[in-house]
Amino acid sequence: MTARHLLDIESLGRDGLDHLLTLTDRFVEVSQRRVPKVPVLQGKTVVSLFYEDSTRTRLSFETAARRLSADVMTFSVSTSSANKGESIRDTVETIEAMGIDAIVVRHKAAGVPWQIAGWTGASVVNGGDGWHQHPTQALLDCYTIRQRLGGLEGRAIAIVGDAKHSRVARSNVDAFTALGADVTLVAPPTLLPASLDAWPVKVEHDLDAVLQRVDVVYLLRMQLERQEAGLVPSLREYSTFYGLTDERARTLRDDVLVMHPGPMNRGVEIGATVPDRPNTVITQQVANGVAVRMAVLFDLLAGGVL
Amino acid sequence: MSPHPSPSPPARGGVFVLDAAAIGRAVRRMAHEIVERNHGSEGVVILGLVNGGVWLAEAIGAALRDLGEDVPVGKIDVTFHRDDIGLRAVRPARSEVPVEIDDKTVVLVDDVLFTGRTVRAALDALREFGRPQAVQLAVMVDRGHRELPIRPDFVGKNLPTARDEDVTATIDGVVISK
Repeated sequence: MTARHLLDIESLGRDGLDHLLTLTDRFVEVSQRRVPKVPVLQGKTVVSLFYEDSTRTRLSFETAARRLSADVMTFSVSTSSANKGESIRDTVETIEAMGIDAIVVRHKAAGVPWQIAGWTGASVVNGGDGWHQHPTQALLDCYTIRQRLGGLEGRAIAIVGDAKHSRVARSNVDAFTALGADVTLVAPPTLLPASLDAWPVKVEHDLDAVLQRVDVVYLLRMQLERQEAGLVPSLREYSTFYGLTDERARTLRDDVLVMHPGPMNRGVEIGATVPDRPNTVITQQVANGVAVRMAVLFDLLAGGVL
Repeated sequence: MSPHPSPSPPARGGVFVLDAAAIGRAVRRMAHEIVERNHGSEGVVILGLVNGGVWLAEAIGAALRDLGEDVPVGKIDVTFHRDDIGLRAVRPARSEVPVEIDDKTVVLVDDVLFTGRTVRAALDALREFGRPQAVQLAVMVDRGHRELPIRPDFVGKNLPTARDEDVTATIDGVVISK
């Protein structure tokens, strides 16, 4: 049996997305039990191999693996031999020699998870590669929308902010559109990808107009480095034109969901009080993240598709 | 008649061992036995094993209500606790345990008791919900061939079978087929 991987959203297709979202329901139920832990991955080992800083994604994956009773090995670059110049391939082969079943990998370069999948017999889960893909983030976002709105079919979703440098945007555009949503990107031209020909999205620059006709506002993190690179004149100006400020949030219908992948910059892309609004679902996204990652690890390691 | 074979084969010829009326009688008898064994129904919780045991749990719950005993009825999925997980495709289902089970008497309910492995998985799954004072087991059919030290407390019908036979028990009856 060759190992199965979760590398991007596109190769899941609509059926794969539906399957994982349905499976997530089961693990949400498990998470509500008094002992939120099931013995399905007893004896399996999951490695988190993070070449890029991430506290929340790594913790979420490791919590998911532990709640499935897997053993967890954490490889963090700051304390590892990667600092001493070891190649990724040598690292993977070393870890694999210890006997492992899955690798969750994050790397700043796009494509690294695919390379690793070619080197190892373990299942590889893409925990974020460069600006490219972050499939479990897209899954947990789809799950959260489905939970709140019943589904994505025909829903209007605005993804606001730095789509150019965002793996979250790429994975979410793929997932949202595969599930039938209508996606609009809202950003200054400097923060949009050079070509949008392959993107099944509309593009707008007037946030106020878009906010009046959407069901979900998905805010992307605005990074300080983008200003330093001259892509926006200032963070204050970005906030004025593209931030969901407190004043703008008051113009939203009450039932419009506001989402953010975290970590937030309050006062830049999101107003200081917007996270406290009833239909801002940022903490639900985090909670669902654990269940989604349980579903992914379960499906890859114990789904039993032989 | 079409000359082509139908894409889904017709139900294999099986032998009816119990009919719907006999099932109804067995359910009512088991309900009486549960009340008798527990000196009433105080603290009793009925949990059907997904999928096969759910109809029987509901039927026993209804029979208990007919006796004036209102007992909470739920269901428990044991997919995550099976010892053959990963060996075959699975479709886990939602568990619904309607009340706290600490210090209660849980009656696990399944359609057919065979190797005992499903019941073993259910005993493990229960621990994630609490610590019952006692666990009892009710099955419509005990067909033998146990592989674990597990025995039922309430049985609709004891049915000696060959290992390679199939036994299905539904509200409509019990059928043995090869």
